[in-house]
Amino acid sequence: MARIDRAARGPDSAVRSRSLDAFHFLDIFAASDARMSVLVVLLGFLAGTLIILAVGRNPGGMFAALLQAMTGWDLTRGVWNIRYVGEWLAISTPLILTGLSMGFAARAGLFNIGAEGQYIVGLTIAQFAALYLPQIPVVQVVLAVALAAAGAAVWGGIVGWLKARFNASEVVATIMLNYIAFFLSRWVTMAIPGANTYKTPNLPQSAQLDAGFLQRLTNGSNLNYGFFIAIASVIAFWWIMEHTRTGFALRATGMNRDAALASGIKAERSAVTSMAIAGAFAGLAGAIVALGSFGYGRVLSGFDNYGFNGIAVALVGNSTGFGVGIAGLLFGLLASAQPLMQSRGIPKEITLIISGLVVVFVSLRAGFRMLLAWRRRAALAVMATKAESETVQGEIDA
Amino acid sequence: MENYAVEMIDITKAFPGVLANDRVRLAVRQGEVHAVLGENGAGKSTLMSVLYGLYEADSGSIRIRGHDARIRNPNDAAELGIGMVFQHFKLVRDYTVTENIILGSEPRTRFGHVDLAGAERRVAGLSATYGLAVDPRSRIEDLGVGAQQRVEILKTLYREADILILDEPTAVLTPQEVDELMAVIARLKSEGKTVILITHKLREIKAAADRCTVLRRGKTVGTVDVAAAREEDLAEMMVGRAVNFKVDKEPANPGRPVLEIEGLTVRGSRGNDAVRGLSLTVSAGEIVGLAGVDGNGQSELVRALAGLDKPTAGTIRLNGRDITHASVRERIEQGMAHVPEDRHRHGLVLGMRLDENLALKTFHKAPFSNRCGALDFKAIAANADRLIAQFDVRAGKGPATKTEDMSGGNQQKAIIARELDLSPDLLVVAQPTRGLDVGAIEYIHERIVAERDKGRAVLLVSFELDEVMALCDRIAAISRGSIVGEVAAADADERFVGAMMAGVQPEEYRTTSGKRTARG
Repeated sequence: MARIDRAARGPDSAVRSRSLDAFHFLDIFAASDARMSVLVVLLGFLAGTLIILAVGRNPGGMFAALLQAMTGWDLTRGVWNIRYVGEWLAISTPLILTGLSMGFAARAGLFNIGAEGQYIVGLTIAQFAALYLPQIPVVQVVLAVALAAAGAAVWGGIVGWLKARFNASEVVATIMLNYIAFFLSRWVTMAIPGANTYKTPNLPQSAQLDAGFLQRLTNGSNLNYGFFIAIASVIAFWWIMEHTRTGFALRATGMNRDAALASGIKAERSAVTSMAIAGAFAGLAGAIVALGSFGYGRVLSGFDNYGFNGIAVALVGNSTGFGVGIAGLLFGLLASAQPLMQSRGIPKEITLIISGLVVVFVSLRAGFRMLLAWRRRAALAVMATKAESETVQGEIDA
Repeated sequence: MENYAVEMIDITKAFPGVLANDRVRLAVRQGEVHAVLGENGAGKSTLMSVLYGLYEADSGSIRIRGHDARIRNPNDAAELGIGMVFQHFKLVRDYTVTENIILGSEPRTRFGHVDLAGAERRVAGLSATYGLAVDPRSRIEDLGVGAQQRVEILKTLYREADILILDEPTAVLTPQEVDELMAVIARLKSEGKTVILITHKLREIKAAADRCTVLRRGKTVGTVDVAAAREEDLAEMMVGRAVNFKVDKEPANPGRPVLEIEGLTVRGSRGNDAVRGLSLTVSAGEIVGLAGVDGNGQSELVRALAGLDKPTAGTIRLNGRDITHASVRERIEQGMAHVPEDRHRHGLVLGMRLDENLALKTFHKAPFSNRCGALDFKAIAANADRLIAQFDVRAGKGPATKTEDMSGGNQQKAIIARELDLSPDLLVVAQPTRGLDVGAIEYIHERIVAERDKGRAVLLVSFELDEVMALCDRIAAISRGSIVGEVAAADADERFVGAMMAGVQPEEYRTTSGKRTARG
């Protein structure tokens, strides 16, 4: 049908529209990083759909599960339960924060694989603060969260200092500090009187982030004050990065360290500052998980992986405050949709495949751009030769 | 029917946003030296890259010795007997000359190992035939730039190229080395080779080429017989209008010393002393030019002046104050401006907006930051608007333009604007016009002279001797990290400065050239 339409407009316009329209649609996505992220997420879901089809299931189940996780609306049974929304936001909270951690360092040109360790430091300090600080309502929890952020900031700042002082690779340093944080956390937490190999005594109510009104609002979900901390952090990220001279120096250092140095910006200081702030974000995630999800302190038996997932969140969110916020919600959605998909007979691993593919596609962003540019040039060349041969034809006719 | 070695017919090559070659035509006769002349960005390199198979043209055709040829990669080009010597040499530093030459096509003995002795004999033979003096057994790291270039030429000859493309071959040479290269080119021609010489230097064309094809903004302007054309004609073809080669300026009126460098030693990236006990003074109201071949310590000197590298010995004084160990920002505060050699690496943060780049050195102060550290974007944009108008910076989206989307000339104007707006006492300018078109060069030269006339001290570092000669009031020649000699620009002749650039002491030069005159 379309072909007939084009033919009616003449051969030349057919060439022009065929070669450009198809890619013009994609060019819209290539225009900005944000649009590119939207494209790769769509591609991820497309691939997920195809995989579900390939294993002989109905992809409708996946979308129904995602819809339920996002809105609480269960299409199959026709009931609405807002608790799902609460769970989605609750699960997204630490992901947003570790994403901000990774993203903040990335903007300053550093690869913070250490969000996991900073998260553990924050989690451990929060648990200690909950068990040992005076149990004054509000004050104790605020203090616990603040100490967790501060401790994790130091943990991250160490890496920045090692980088500035000895030019130590932040990748190696953070990976090693992840393990140090992990085993240190186990050791000191198990030393708490009354702790066994997996938990401490219960945390007092005055140290918990539970918000009664949020639970009532979301029909008893896990959603707590931590979500507001995440929102405030997204705004703080954006403000610091885009509106302060500290952020200016960090961005300049991240994009071109040499030019920043030549302009009088102290790149060494930028490294410490950015890693400390990155650590603080991850530490907040740790505090929120410790004081919001469990009623007791945990002796970690393995990595919670929030820190590592934060890398993907930051990548998809382009390391901008709001981008990371949205990407964190996306990854949270995939995580909270998992059990719902399983109940619809769709393997829960599909969500892992989708998030994995999204990360792969994000990494291929530069490749996509090159492909689009190449196709556009090819299209232009076709047009040029076409136009030229027409001119020649015209000359011959004349 | 003429005998053409290379015919490039209607070559078109587009890059995103740029039509680098627009139906360019080039016909090179068998056995001639054919110059391709054009300003930076005129499309010379693209055209040669198409010929050498680094790019494939979007349209157009190539004929080699009368036969249609499809050159998809450098191997195809080599098969057709085309060799290319790049501006930046592609040599392995700790290999010998012969090892570098055979790299990738090592001859084997009967027993299957590399026949180095045989290769050395062949290299020695080629070197004798073409007058390319170089010892086949020397290591590359021990060779000077001129010798390394001869190795590159030998490499193409070893691979039996008979069409040689030389890409800006004189950019890295001293005037004396240029003369040697011209002799080599003449020798290549007499041995029947076809040479394509890419350059933007008119004198070399007059010295070496038979014919010359001029490109301008990606299009062929025409091909002329060099013997029949004057330099002025070629320049006009290249630029599209009559060119004023001279910089208009009044005689300098130097005042108190602003920059005093004493016994400065700076370690280079390879652990050697790149700057060795260098002393130099620049006074208010004069432009001092540092003439030298690339790689003689200029970059390290400028880095040390700017505060990016720590000197191992010596002192730097600015306005009488010791700034040897001052931070970059302290130097800026005390009145030093720095236009860096590599504007993409040190001058601009390409991913940032123009207005942010224009505030790169002052963003931390009022009016751009308030006391709490929050930025005032209105002030930053207003500052950019002012500088854009004042310095005629062309940027599509004004202050919001990403600097990576700007042309090289406008990027450089932006840097100059930022630096001059600091109202510095000392302006350190490195390679301010590299890669710029003639219009931008004229503008930047005028600005530098204007700064001098305001009583500022200017230190100009340039690898283009012409630029140093035209712009400076005093010329200091640098060789191997030390100042060989200084001369007032009015008394300087190019051969003398060139000799100093090669490390010949001024007294030595005067005696030898004196003898030569006496003998003649």
